Amino acid sequence: MEFIETLINGLSIGSTYAMIALGYTMVYGIAKMLNFAHGDVIMVGGYMIYVGLTVSGNPIISFIAAVLSCIILGITIEKIAYRPLRGASPLAVLITAIGVSYLLQSSAQMIFGSAPKMVTVADLGSISFSGLTIPVYVLVTLICSVIIMVTLSLFVKYTRTGRAMIAVSEDKGAAQLMGINVNRIIMITFAIGSGLAAFAGLFMLMKSPSLSNTLGAMPGIKAFTSAVIGGVGSIPGAMLGGILMGVIEAFSLKIPAIAPYTDAIEFLILIIILLVKPTGILGKKRREKV
Amino acid sequence: MALLEVKNLEVSYGVIKALKGISFEVNEGEIVTLIGANGAGKTTTMQSVIGLIPKNGGSVIYDGQDITKQPCHKIVHLGMSQVPEGRRVFQELTVYENLLMGAYSIKEKDTFKEDLEKVYKRFPRLAERSGQIAGTLSGGEQQMLAMGRALMSRPKLLMLDEPSMGLSPLLVDEVFDIIKDINKDGTTILLVEQNAGKSLAISDRAYVLETGSIVLSGTGAELAASEDVKKAYLGV
Repeated sequence: MEFIETLINGLSIGSTYAMIALGYTMVYGIAKMLNFAHGDVIMVGGYMIYVGLTVSGNPIISFIAAVLSCIILGITIEKIAYRPLRGASPLAVLITAIGVSYLLQSSAQMIFGSAPKMVTVADLGSISFSGLTIPVYVLVTLICSVIIMVTLSLFVKYTRTGRAMIAVSEDKGAAQLMGINVNRIIMITFAIGSGLAAFAGLFMLMKSPSLSNTLGAMPGIKAFTSAVIGGVGSIPGAMLGGILMGVIEAFSLKIPAIAPYTDAIEFLILIIILLVKPTGILGKKRREKV
Repeated sequence: MALLEVKNLEVSYGVIKALKGISFEVNEGEIVTLIGANGAGKTTTMQSVIGLIPKNGGSVIYDGQDITKQPCHKIVHLGMSQVPEGRRVFQELTVYENLLMGAYSIKEKDTFKEDLEKVYKRFPRLAERSGQIAGTLSGGEQQMLAMGRALMSRPKLLMLDEPSMGLSPLLVDEVFDIIKDINKDGTTILLVEQNAGKSLAISDRAYVLETGSIVLSGTGAELAASEDVKKAYLGV
C-alpha cells in the first residue's frame, strides 16, 4: 500500500516538474535559448496567488489572476529582455536570463520582504479508499497535469499555431518562408510556458504553504534537469523526464538511508543519462544547418 | 508589367558587401534566371528580396507595392513564395504536414483540398508518400516536396534557389520540365541556378551575377550564345 501511495505522490511531484519542464523545453525548442528566469516566474505566480487570496479570499479568482499575470510577465520578459538579443551570441542571452532571474527574485524580496509567507490555498483534506490514504491536492495536481499535457500535445499536433511552433523549432528561416510570423510564435510559446509556471506555483503551494522569493529556484533547476533527461526541445521528453524525476524523488525520500542524498541522486541520474545518451531519452539528433 | 522590380539592392554581411547595388526586374508570366558562380550573391539576392535577410540599400517593388521594409512573413502573404537553397523541408513532419505548412498563409480552408490535389497531380510521388516523414525522403523527392510546399501558398511569383543542386541528371531534366509547366499554368518564375545551360534554355530573360554585381543581361537565348557566358558558365 505504501508503495502505491509513494508512487502516486511521486507522479504528483513529477507532474509539477513536468509543468515547469514544458516551459523550459518549449522555449528552448522554439527560441533556442535557456530561459533561466523560468523558475522565478513560478515564484511570481505564487506571490500573485498570495496577493489574490489576501485581496479576494477566493482561491479560484486568485489562481486565475496568477495565471494571467504570469502570462503577461512571460510575454513582457521576452519582449523587453530577449527579443532585442535575437541573433546575439547564446552567452549574452544566457547572462540576460540570469539577470532577469535575479531581478524577479530581488523585486519580490523588496515588495514582500524576505520572511516566508504562509499561503493556504485551500484545505482539501485527504481521501481513503481500499486501504490507500491520498491527500486530495495530490490528485488535483495529477488530474490537472494530465489534462494540460494531453491538451498541449493535441494543440501542438493539430492546430495551425501548434504546427507553426514545430516548424519554427525546426527551421526558423523555412518557417518564415511559409508566412509564419516567428516573433509571434515565440511570444505564444513564452505565454504558454509562463501560464504553466503559474500552475506549477499553485501545485507547490498546495503541497507546502511556505512562499519565499526563492520558491522557484530549486524546482526550476530540477525541472530543467528533467527537460534535459527527457531530451531538451521535446515536449513528450519534458513530460517523461519530469515524471521520472518526481517518482525517483518520492521513493528516494522514503528510504531513510538515501533520503538525505535525494537531490544528489537526481542530478547523478542526469549525469548518467547524459553520458549514455547525450540527447536525452527522447531527444533527437538534429543536423545543424549551416 | 513588372511583377518584381529590384532597384540598387545592397546587402552586406558585416564589412563584406555581398550585393553592390543590383537592379533587375521580373515581368508577369516570365521565367527569369540569375546565373553566377558560387559566392556571386545569388542566394543573398533571393533571401533579401523575400525579406529573410535585411537589406542595406535600394528598393524592392512587388506587384505595385514597396516591400523593401516588409518582413518575410508579410511578403509571403502577398503571394511570393520561395523554394530555398538546400530544400529545407521540415524533416520531422510528414509529407502531408509539410504541404499543410506550405498553405499556412492561405486563410480560406476550402481551397486547401483543391490545392493539395493539384500538387499531388503534379508530383505523384508525394501523393504516394503523403504519410512519410520528410527527412526519410530521397534528395529528389525532397526537392519535389519543397516545390510542392511552395506552390501550396498559391504564389504569383515563385522563386527557386538552385532546384537542381545535388540531383541526378535524369531528375534535373524532370525538375526543369516541372518549372516550365508551373510557368505555363500562370506562375511567374525567378530562378537561381548554377546549371546555366538548362536554365537559360527555359528562360525568357536572364541576368549574370558576378561578385555582387550584374554584369550581363539579355534573353535566355542571347546569353546562351554569348561568348563570355559560354566560357564562364557553360564550359565550352
